[in-house]
Amino acid sequence: MNVSLITQPQPKASEVASLDRAMLTHLQRLEAESIQIMREVVSECERPVMLYSVGKDSAVMLHLAAKAFYPSKPPFPLLHVDTTWKFKAMYEMRERMAKQLGFELLVYQNPDALARGINPFDHGSATHTDIWKTEGLKQALDKYGFGAAFGGARRDEEKSRAKERIFSFRSAQHRWDPKNQRPELWRLYNTRINKGESIRVFPISNWTELDIWQYIHLENIPIVPLYFSAERPVVERDGTLIMVDDDRMPLRDGETPMMKSVRFRTLGCYPLTGAVESTADTLPRIIQEMLLTTTSERQGRMIDHDQAASMEKKKQEGYF
Amino acid sequence: MAHQSTLIADDIEAYLKAHEVKSLLRFLTCGSVDDGKSTLIGRLLYDSKMIFEDQMAALEADSKRIGTQGGEIDFALLVDGLAAEREQGITIDVAYRFFSTDRRKFIVADTPGHEQYTRNMVTGASTADAAVILIDARKGVLTQSRRHSYLVNLLGIRHVVLAINKMDLVDWSEDRFKEIVAEYRAFADQIGIREFTAIPMSALRGDNITEPSARLAWYKGPPLLRWLEEAPLEDDLREKPFRMPVQWVNRPDLDFRGFSGFVAAGSVRPGDRLKVLPSGRESTVARIVTMDGDLPRAVAGQSITLTLKDEIDVSRGDILAAADAPPGVADQFETTLVWFDDEPMIPGRPYLMKLGARTVSARVNEPKYKINVNTLEHLAATRLELNEIGVCNLTLDAAIAFDPYVETKDLGGFILIDRLSNRTVGAGMLHFALRRSQNIHWQALDVDKPARSGQKGQKARVVWLTGLSGAGKSTIANLLEKRLYAAGRHTYLLDGDNVRHGLNKDLGFTEEDRVENIRRVAEVSRLMVDAGLIVLVSFISPFRSERAMARGLLNEGEFIEVFIDTPLLEAEKRDVKGLYKKARAGELKNFTGIDSPYEAPEQPEIRIDTTLLSAEEAAERIFAALAE
Repeated sequence: MNVSLITQPQPKASEVASLDRAMLTHLQRLEAESIQIMREVVSECERPVMLYSVGKDSAVMLHLAAKAFYPSKPPFPLLHVDTTWKFKAMYEMRERMAKQLGFELLVYQNPDALARGINPFDHGSATHTDIWKTEGLKQALDKYGFGAAFGGARRDEEKSRAKERIFSFRSAQHRWDPKNQRPELWRLYNTRINKGESIRVFPISNWTELDIWQYIHLENIPIVPLYFSAERPVVERDGTLIMVDDDRMPLRDGETPMMKSVRFRTLGCYPLTGAVESTADTLPRIIQEMLLTTTSERQGRMIDHDQAASMEKKKQEGYF
Repeated sequence: MAHQSTLIADDIEAYLKAHEVKSLLRFLTCGSVDDGKSTLIGRLLYDSKMIFEDQMAALEADSKRIGTQGGEIDFALLVDGLAAEREQGITIDVAYRFFSTDRRKFIVADTPGHEQYTRNMVTGASTADAAVILIDARKGVLTQSRRHSYLVNLLGIRHVVLAINKMDLVDWSEDRFKEIVAEYRAFADQIGIREFTAIPMSALRGDNITEPSARLAWYKGPPLLRWLEEAPLEDDLREKPFRMPVQWVNRPDLDFRGFSGFVAAGSVRPGDRLKVLPSGRESTVARIVTMDGDLPRAVAGQSITLTLKDEIDVSRGDILAAADAPPGVADQFETTLVWFDDEPMIPGRPYLMKLGARTVSARVNEPKYKINVNTLEHLAATRLELNEIGVCNLTLDAAIAFDPYVETKDLGGFILIDRLSNRTVGAGMLHFALRRSQNIHWQALDVDKPARSGQKGQKARVVWLTGLSGAGKSTIANLLEKRLYAAGRHTYLLDGDNVRHGLNKDLGFTEEDRVENIRRVAEVSRLMVDAGLIVLVSFISPFRSERAMARGLLNEGEFIEVFIDTPLLEAEKRDVKGLYKKARAGELKNFTGIDSPYEAPEQPEIRIDTTLLSAEEAAERIFAALAE
């Protein structure tokens, strides 16, 4: 017997009428805007691609793309710029989602980084990120000749992103010039580029972290289990909890992995991603924890700590 | 206000249920550099607890280091983003901020106040539901406040707050408040702002931002945040006739043909009769398709996919509209245009215009007038410079479906794009159509271009010789025409100097006149090609965009661009007409190559290097190329 039928009787006609007059919710408006942007890119840009990082923002992007083009399959491939240092659970998720939603999946690993064995332990987080991600992304975009790449960046993440346009223009060298971005009025996007230039497009620019979580909750979007709390082997290093995801992680003297109930608020390369101690094992509890917490999302990601305005600098160099 | 921490802690499910139905308000803040705008936004973020502990720690450190509040927390530092402007201490671009309360989510467009950045303010205003105009209580209504109010009204924002800030610096004086409100009301009436709400406040001290202030007890209205939570949204957009620009034709297989777009106005249900514009064909809505199942109804603000009952031709850029109340279709409009680019708007130059999902070629006529937004005076103008606003007529090369901007923003707001730089050079709002082009049908004639050129046994086209003065264009064109004539071809030679004696004798050598000069020659060439002739055009034609325009008037393969490539040094050495000498002496203004630019063709069909070829050889080479 279906319990929900008893507890949730059909709405009466009068209620339907009042629903009719109801304003769109903030999530409905955000969803409509993101879909409009994706359709515009597909209609006007040559060779679009969606950058896929396997994180929660990427999960929302995939879901929006599936909705935007339904019943067609999204008319562009997914590109994962891999570092070989992601969590195992992320690789599993990547394969599963691409198959489930019918995307073509491209995985790119910078051959130079591969040959030199670049890793966060021997080369440090800055070099690791620069060579695998920044350089890898440029190489991949050049290799496939993508004219437009969807990214999941949001304006609430960091100060310099608050001024980023939805369509962000890059020179043939992939450089971002903050002085030369195009004004975006109404819902009109100028997508014209010269040969060699490319566009990064951020359809979820106007979403906040809370919006993302609420949407994942409402729409039942699958996410990597690492976001949920579980007993995991971690070591505490320089004040951060690092998960020992595989045996490539060199342990320092006196370090022994201990099992702790932890989860991740943001996902990247496992040696560079700090876990938080938590017992939040459902989406509502994750959201609850997020709302009551006192540190901002990106603190778990080490890339921001290097220097003031470092994201802005990285962006000028071609990193998202 | 803010998030109810107790509910979050005690019953997160109930909290989420309540927050799923929150609405969204986008608003714009505008004010002069020192009105305390960044402080106000920082305060809203802070008071709605959108600042995390680590950000707070950074803010406290920054406040001590570079703050302007003597070590106290400087909220402005929260919102000044780019490193460059942090050093300058001013905001230089539109920044978007986010916060939410229990009732609404807010997106704030923070736009700069200083003069040279009108474009950013217009950008921020285009997507805003409401505007907060800041006034420094000590200074009252400044020129900047007038400018901002004018732009807010121009962009059609109907919910306006006059935030009279820094009340702490005028002793919380009610008299001062009333004085400013009276002054502003007079101005608002003048520009047509019908309603506004004036709120006295101190963003720095936090008075009347989220809670009523005891120090402003004489003020009985809502504090700013309550006003923002209660401002009506989208008004009657949903009650208007249905409008949806078709963004994408959704065709997964032969059995499904859907039309995807963002509903710009009105609502739609299966069974509704729709008209496709500009074609005028009609059909009935079959389904509203989504991944979560078909919808019984869709409304303005949703991205949807529709299917129709009949197989009719619909493509990207078309408008689907209520059949009983369709939008107009026209190709000439009166508009208000805001210019964004360092390079001025040149009347007659073809730009790309994007409106809805349609992109067409558009020429702007000479402005009827430009507007001094500080005094609202109408001024005569021949062009529009960066950040200038003017009323101009626009002529398109194809008819489009439209609504006046005041009716439907998405069907009346447009951007202009430079064809060569690809920059967004301007934005505008359609007022009304100058004539309905459906009444003027293109006259289809029985004797047409193929018939006329066929009779002469030739392919009609334009051979366009461009190059510096003295490059040898006329000499080569003359030889080429003789060669063609001898071969039995029917030709005509349009020469720059000759045309300027007749058809174009009213034109000078300013940039505007040169554009018009080329436009006329291009149109004459088109008529002659239509008459079946081979037209030789020998004009300096220094600007790429005008040559591109001429090319655009003709069919593929009918425009042969010949670059007579002579280095400036060489042309100046020849100086057959003695013009370079005069130009160097300052007797001739706007002389190409000296004080006016020559933009060399990037991909001409034929390039003639006159340092390597004689005029005879050049003519022969072009003749051979034409024979191919």
